[in-house]
Order: sequence, then structure tokens, then C-alpha cells
Amino acid sequence: MHHAVVESWTQRRSWLHARDARAKDAVLLAFLIAVATTARMSPRAAAGYGLCVAAAILASGLPPVSLLLRACVVLPFSAVFALFAVLAGDPNRAVSLVLKSYLSAAAVLVVVATTPLPALLRSMESFGVPRFFALVVQFLYRYLFVVSEQAQHMRAAAASRGGRGFTFRSAASALAVLFARSHARAEGIHRAMLARGFFGRTVALAQPRAALADGLFLAAGLAAMAALRLWNH
Amino acid sequence: MEPLIEVRGLRYRYEDGTQALDGIDFDLFPGETVALLGPNGSGKTTFVHHLNGLLTGEGLVKVCGLTVEPCNFAQVRRKTGLVFQDSDEQLFMPTVLEDVAFGPLNVGGDADSVREAALKALAEVGMENALKKAPYHLSAGEKKRVALAGVLAMRPDILILDEPTTFLDPPARRDLIHLLRGLPQAKILITHDVSLASALADRAVFLRKGKVVAMGTVVEIAREYDWEAQPGPRD
Repeated sequence: MHHAVVESWTQRRSWLHARDARAKDAVLLAFLIAVATTARMSPRAAAGYGLCVAAAILASGLPPVSLLLRACVVLPFSAVFALFAVLAGDPNRAVSLVLKSYLSAAAVLVVVATTPLPALLRSMESFGVPRFFALVVQFLYRYLFVVSEQAQHMRAAAASRGGRGFTFRSAASALAVLFARSHARAEGIHRAMLARGFFGRTVALAQPRAALADGLFLAAGLAAMAALRLWNH
Repeated sequence: MEPLIEVRGLRYRYEDGTQALDGIDFDLFPGETVALLGPNGSGKTTFVHHLNGLLTGEGLVKVCGLTVEPCNFAQVRRKTGLVFQDSDEQLFMPTVLEDVAFGPLNVGGDADSVREAALKALAEVGMENALKKAPYHLSAGEKKRVALAGVLAMRPDILILDEPTTFLDPPARRDLIHLLRGLPQAKILITHDVSLASALADRAVFLRKGKVVAMGTVVEIAREYDWEAQPGPRD
């Protein structure tokens, strides 16, 4: 099956990939707060925050063009709000909205693309996110691949019997079949969990340990975000 | 000798009214491997799901002297390791190591001993180098091995394998047979593959319409029910 590109990026090795997920999440959170609380995204502020994202991309070794293009996924949503700002006669606010959302999306994408999901979820838990929520995310993500595989098989089966494209009707019936298959799969997974003693709560194996480099990265990252925020006050 | 599994008069009817099991009697003794043969829908999988309480019907089911009932499910599930036909259903944790550790953690092991048990089980199946991999990045044969490791890590007395060679290519199938031969546990093997059953099982039980209709050696059963896949030479 065709695995998601971002998922394959997390398997790479780089200086940023090697950092502890908790340190990356903390710096990301500081970045998002700094961007969100910057009143107006002046060219100077945008350049400062953009430089941070560029440095992170460089440290991650990920393909910059592909990553920056993927971050554009947020633009249609922010463009709607930007349009309201333009209609309200505040084009600067519109530009600020678009820049803020794009920079935030790019930063989140860099962290997600350099951190395997298990580490990301453990990090979320260490920040106080309920384990139940982390579990739901984990299962959802894990079985997105299974459902996606089912969908690919169905598509291939349809194509091999001369199916051409999707009409509304064929898409609706395919979705219904996909849902039924996914439901059957979910029941199978639940049985497999019970068979291995699942009692409603998943126990974690162990928490990762942070290295000195992670501490330095965290300190430098937080200091840089604070400095940037104060510079753009 | 006391049987590890003792089943008497087991009946089970699905909610839609289908009589899946109709008075099954069955024994499994220590150290033996029994192949469950029979047509699709004959009740083989339904039967083994009763052996660790995933389904509960009428009749007596005892595992290692414990009656399979809700108050014993935790102990029974520790003693019977069930390897599902579709490994994708069994591998749900984010990494191979965490998946193998899932069972032992559920039965109350501490992190260090569970990690040790998981590493040992992975080494037994030859997957010790895949600890940090995501299960969905593995091949079908590797998934099957990891699924087996997840069960072995719980140190069960009985292994139940539902169509273990499904989706496996010949080398992976051969490796799995070799691996299973080396495991000391008593085994129940659900399969349509007579050559696999011959390679592993001491005896076979043939199910049809939820009933045990024959018992004997794999060769006898295969002959009696014309259960070989080989169509014979081409004209």
C-alpha cells in the first residue's frame, strides 16, 4: 500500500529527528503562542518566525518545497477569515491572519514529520493530555492505514472490472461497503485485544529519557521564542 | 493424563439464529498438536473463540482445569494464546515492541520484566531487529511472526493458530512451520492446508455444520473427506 508521505518522513534520521519529542513539543508550543500573540505580523516579525521554521526544516533534512507545499493545506481555511477582514476594510489583518496560520501549520508539520506517532503521543501524555484521548488518536491513526488499504483494494477491484471514475452513486455505495468492512475489522481488533487480556486500559511500557542535547535544545528554543516575541512587541 | 482443554457438549447459536456449534466434545493433551479441519463456516473459528472466552455458549469448556467463565477470563487468556488469521487485527500498538508487550502488561507484569519477556519472544520468532518498527511497515510474514511473539510473550500453555499460513509466501510458510515445530506448547491449528497439518499435527479433528464428524490422523481424515487441494496431473 502507499503509506502517507509524512509518516515515511518520520522514519528518517536527522538532528531534529533525534531530539526528544517532549522538547520539540514544548518549543513548538512556545512558537505557536509567540505567533498567536503577536498583534500584527509585520514583515520583520514574519521574517523572524519564518527564519525559525526554515532553521527547523534545515535541521530536519526534510524536502523543503514538499513540506512547505503541504503546509498550504491550511490556507483555504485562513483565507476565508482573511476575506472577512478584507471586507471589513482591514487588509493588514487579513495578511497577518494568513501568515500566522501558514507559519503555525509549517511549524506543526515539521514537528509531526520528525517525530514518530508513539513518541508524539507519549509526549502529549507527559503534558497532561488524558491517556484515553492519546489512545483514541493512536487507534485512529493506526487504522487509517488499514481503512486506506481497504479503500485501495476496492478501488483496484473496481478498476479491474472496468470501473471508470466515481459517480455520486458508486462513491456512496463504495463508502457504505468500506464502512461495513471497517466495522467488521474494528470488531476483530477488539476481539484480539480481549484475547490478550485487555481490560479497558492500556498500560505504557516505559517513558523515554531525555539527553543533555534535548535539554539544550529546549532551553535554546524557548529562549529564542521569548526573544522573538519581545522583539516583535 | 489430564487434558489441557476439555470441552463437552458445546453449543453456540449466533444472534441471527445460525447454529454454529452443535454439541462439540474435544480434548487437547499436553504437548500435542491437533489440526481442526473442515469446510468454511463449519464452526472452527467459533469453536476456538470459546476456548478463551471471546464467545460463550452452552456446555462445559475447561482450560487447564479452569472453567471458562467471566470470573476466570483473565487466567484463561493467560493460558491460551490465540493467533488470529489476520495479523492486521492483532497488531494495533504503534511499535512492534509495544505490541508484543501489550499482553504481558495487561496481566500485570512490571515494565522491566515485560520488556525482557517481549525481547525474548521477539528473539524466538527472529524479529528482534524490528523493535521500533511500526507494525504496518512489516511484510505479511513478519506481521505473522510479531503476532506470534505477542502471544508467546504471555508464556501460554496452549497456542491456538487460526490459518497461520494465510498470506504467506512459500519461504515464510516454511520458516513458520520450522518455528512452530520448535515451540513446546500444545497447539490447536485451524487450517485448510493439509500439508501444513501433516507437518505439525499429531491428529486431526474434522468439523462439519458445527459438529465433530471425525477424528484421526491428518492423512486418514484427508483421505476420508477428500480434503487434498491437489487436483492431480493434467491430461
